[in-house]
Order: sequence, then C-alpha cells, then structure tokens
Amino acid sequence: MKIAVLSGKGGTGKTLLSVNLAAAADNSVYIDCDVEEPNGHLYFKPDDVITEKVSVWIPFAEEKKCIGCRKCVDFCKFNALAYIKSSLLVFEEICHSCGGCVLFCPQGALSERKKIIGEIKHGKSQNTTVITGILNPGEASGIPVISTLLDNGPHDNQVVMIDCPPGSSCSVMESIKDADYCLLVVEPTIFGVHNLEMVYELVKLFGKPTGAVLNKCLTQTNPAEEFCSESGIKVLSRIPFDQDLGLLSSNAIIAVREAPRYRELFTELLNLIEQEVQHEAAANS
Amino acid sequence: MKQLLILSGKGGTGKTTIAGVFIKLASAKAYADCDVDAPNLHLIMRQTASASKSDYFGMPKAVIDPERCRSCGQCKANCRFDAIEYNAEYMINKSLCEGCGVCAEICPTQAITLMPYKSAELMLYHSNDHTFSTAQLKMGSGTTGKLVTEVKKQLISFAHDSELAIIDGSPGIGCPVIASLNSVDMVLIVAEPTISGISDMERIILTASKFRVKTAVCINKYDINIKNTEHIISYCYENSIPYVGKIPFDNLVIESTNCGLSIIDVECSSGDAARSVFKSTMEILYVH
Repeated sequence: MKIAVLSGKGGTGKTLLSVNLAAAADNSVYIDCDVEEPNGHLYFKPDDVITEKVSVWIPFAEEKKCIGCRKCVDFCKFNALAYIKSSLLVFEEICHSCGGCVLFCPQGALSERKKIIGEIKHGKSQNTTVITGILNPGEASGIPVISTLLDNGPHDNQVVMIDCPPGSSCSVMESIKDADYCLLVVEPTIFGVHNLEMVYELVKLFGKPTGAVLNKCLTQTNPAEEFCSESGIKVLSRIPFDQDLGLLSSNAIIAVREAPRYRELFTELLNLIEQEVQHEAAANS
Repeated sequence: MKQLLILSGKGGTGKTTIAGVFIKLASAKAYADCDVDAPNLHLIMRQTASASKSDYFGMPKAVIDPERCRSCGQCKANCRFDAIEYNAEYMINKSLCEGCGVCAEICPTQAITLMPYKSAELMLYHSNDHTFSTAQLKMGSGTTGKLVTEVKKQLISFAHDSELAIIDGSPGIGCPVIASLNSVDMVLIVAEPTISGISDMERIILTASKFRVKTAVCINKYDINIKNTEHIISYCYENSIPYVGKIPFDNLVIESTNCGLSIIDVECSSGDAARSVFKSTMEILYVH
C-alpha cells in the first residue's frame, strides 16, 4: 500500500505525518521525495546506510570530429549548447539530457558522460526502511532523483509512505504517480487552503482516492475545514495544535516512538487510511 | 533598484508573512511573488485594482498527427522522458513531454509537431503608487525557473525607477530558487528553530553562496525551541552570516493572516519583533 503525503504549502506537517505513520506500521518503507530539502532521515537517523549516486547524461564533443556545423546548437530547445571560438560549449545546468544533439550530429562528434546530480541513501530504522533522495545544491531539477527513488521497490506487503515536495508542479506529479492513496495535510490558514485547492485539482486529475488531515487545529474557525466540506474531501483526522508534539518534532524526535498517546493517534489514522484504500479497491474491482 | 529576496529552504517558516511586513514597513512600491508553484502573497497584499493577465508559454509539447503516423515506434524508442505511450496508436503524454523535439526530428513521416503550451498565467498589478508581479503555474507543469525570471522581468520593466523591490521566494533549492537569486542584492533567510529547518537553512545558505549573493538570517517562531534558536545564532556567528533578529511564535499571526492582514496591522509581540528584524535587514541591504 503506497500512501503519498502532500500539501501544496510547505511546513504544514507532511514530514511529521509520513514519518509517524511509517513508524506506527509494523513493516514499512519511508521514501523522502522532497529531494531539495529532505528531512525525514533527520527523524529516523537510519543505520547501515548505503549510498547510491544519481546521475544524468551530459553531452560532450570530440573536437577533432566537430566541424562546427551547429546542427546541435540549432536543435537544442533548451539553449544548452553554443559554438564559440571554434569549440562547442555545453551549459550543463540547463541541459535536459534529451540526447537529441548526440542523435542528430551528422559527424558523430558528440557522446555522453554521466554527471552526478544527487544521491539516494538506503537505511534501516527499527521497523522502517528509510530511503532518502538528495539533490546536490546548485542543481536545477530533482526529477531524476525522484524517479530513481520510486523505481526502488516493489515493496510488496509493506506500508509505503511517500513524503512529497511542496507545490503542485511536475515533481509532485512524479511523486504521486504510483500512489494508491493521497493524504492531504492542511494547516488552518488561508495560505494552506489556497495551495491545497491546487494540489487537490492535481490529485483529482490522477483520479487518486484522497483524504485530508487537518493539522495544527486551533479553536477558531478553520478555513481548511470549510474547504474540505465544500469540496467533499473526507477529513480523516483533526490533530490539535499541540506544543508537546511541536517540541518533539522540532528536535526531530519521532512522536510515535516516544509516547503511547501519539502511537495511538497515528496507528488509528493509519488504520483509517488502510480501510479507505481497501474500500476503494473493493469499489473498483 | 535594490532587490531583497526572501527565502527559507524549508516551507512554512514564514517567508510570505515576513515579505508582507517588509513591503508595508518599507512602503515598497515594487514587489513580487516568485513562489509560482504556490503563490500566497496576494492573499495578504490585497489589491484594489484588477490584474492585467497574460498567458505564459513554457516549453512546447509534441503532438502526433494520427493521419501521418505509420506506427514505426521510433519516437517512443528515442524519448528520454517516457512521454510517448502506445495504446492502439502512438500518443504524447503531455505531462511528461519536455518539448525537446527529438521525436519531431526523428519521425520519418513528419507526423509530429511541437505546439505552444500555456503553462502559467502571469499577473501584474500596476498603479500610480505600486507594482506587484505574480504568477500561477498550471498544476503539474515544469519549467518554473523561466517563469520566475518572467515574474521578475515584469516587475522590473514596470517599476524600474522604484528604489526597493521585495521578492517573496519559493521553498527548496532548485530551479525556481536559483532563478529568483539572479541579480538580487541580498537574500534574507527565514529560519525556523527545528532540526529540519536548520538542515534546510544550511542547504539554502550553501546554494545562495554558490551564486555569491549577500545573505542574512532571521529566526521565526524562535521560542518553540530555544536550544535550536541558540544553535542557529551561533551557526551564523561561526560562518560570518549576519543575524538580524528573532520573532516569537504568536497565535495572532494565524488570526491576522486569515483576515487578510499583516502582523503589523494588529497589535502583537511578533509585529514588534518583525519591525526590529526589518530595521536590521535594511541596514545591511543599504551598506555598500
């Protein structure tokens, strides 16, 4: 069972929820797809960590073979190539690794080499396998790291928590592609609701079964509650604003492993999600 | 024009709240929201006039003409983005297509063309007293870096004689953040005293330093973890990064935000602290 945790807005509690839900399960996998700012590993502090590099293909020219015809320069839609002073320049940061320049060089002067843009760390923390994607600072796109992350698996018979990046762009889409269920985490602000609207559109587009957790609930009117009821999003849980939980999380401590009341809270939520997924599977079979 | 960019690495630390405060305190005549993926600044910087909107076309998308396609499969074999699907006929998955044009070039029957694709909407609020530039990315779209550049271009072309521009950035360290860093005079990082917030702050400081931008740090919600707050202050000190102050956690922030107000519009402790952060930041921004 793969559960993607997403929110649109940052800082609403995606990592808090995915980490604690993974820790509440008997046998689970936690995958951190927020490769620009991965934080789940700070909570899990996994052991036996194995690191795998993630690379993309970058073209380079063999100067002897290049005749300066500029076919590659004209072809490249990303303007990642330039022919200046009798040599071909490659702007690696903006290359999308489409391979077109290599394919269409009439002289066969271009080849590709691997360029490392990030890494994936696999480790173990009690009952949870922790897989983290990390994009190197200065690199533009984390998509290759995310797709490598999600190629790991199949993780059969395990609870898989996918901690998504904020926003609703292509990297979020990549992260939820294979999910069985999308869990939306919302804070009680108009910012949170505004960004949720977009992410909810995305989830609907993919036709994923969806539920919401209202996090950091206060006593005042909650704009998130209103949005969910208007849009027909099922609210699975309401987590009150809780200073103790906040303090534990600020120290990157997994609440489920610390106090029975949090174990209860997150186990209950996990059971609810499992029921929802089974329900959905039964409805579609 | 001086450009001040507000970043954080981690999301939800208070970038937009701080940006709103700074715009008001500086009476800034130019401001922009570069968090094109999840823009929120317009929610607290209410505009009386309506926006002039324009379509933003990102990379084009490939389209296959079924009349011309002979199903040779060359396009699918050479697409690096798995954007071509076969189900009785070859089709482009628009959300995966990056517009590289390999398929169009390789197709032996010229059945594939690249078509313009609207990936966002740019919005400009321009009046006698201020200019506000923002955009909304179509969900699931990419190329946010270029769009961020467009948001900034729009701001500068309409407000080039403004003295100061305040720019609300996006979370993370990738493409949109790198694009927003271009040609700014200073970055203010809004840090949060959590282990996650510290880790993300270090990554954004590293990213900003790669582009040689002057950087300062303020701490938001500092009292949720005093120990971590002290850690951030000493980190700044050790790495010679100017530290410009701290703002306490305050329930009134949520309340005022939900009413579309900034924290300096109401009487609260966080508002006072934010004023002091503003003052220190401006002192650094205007030091040559």
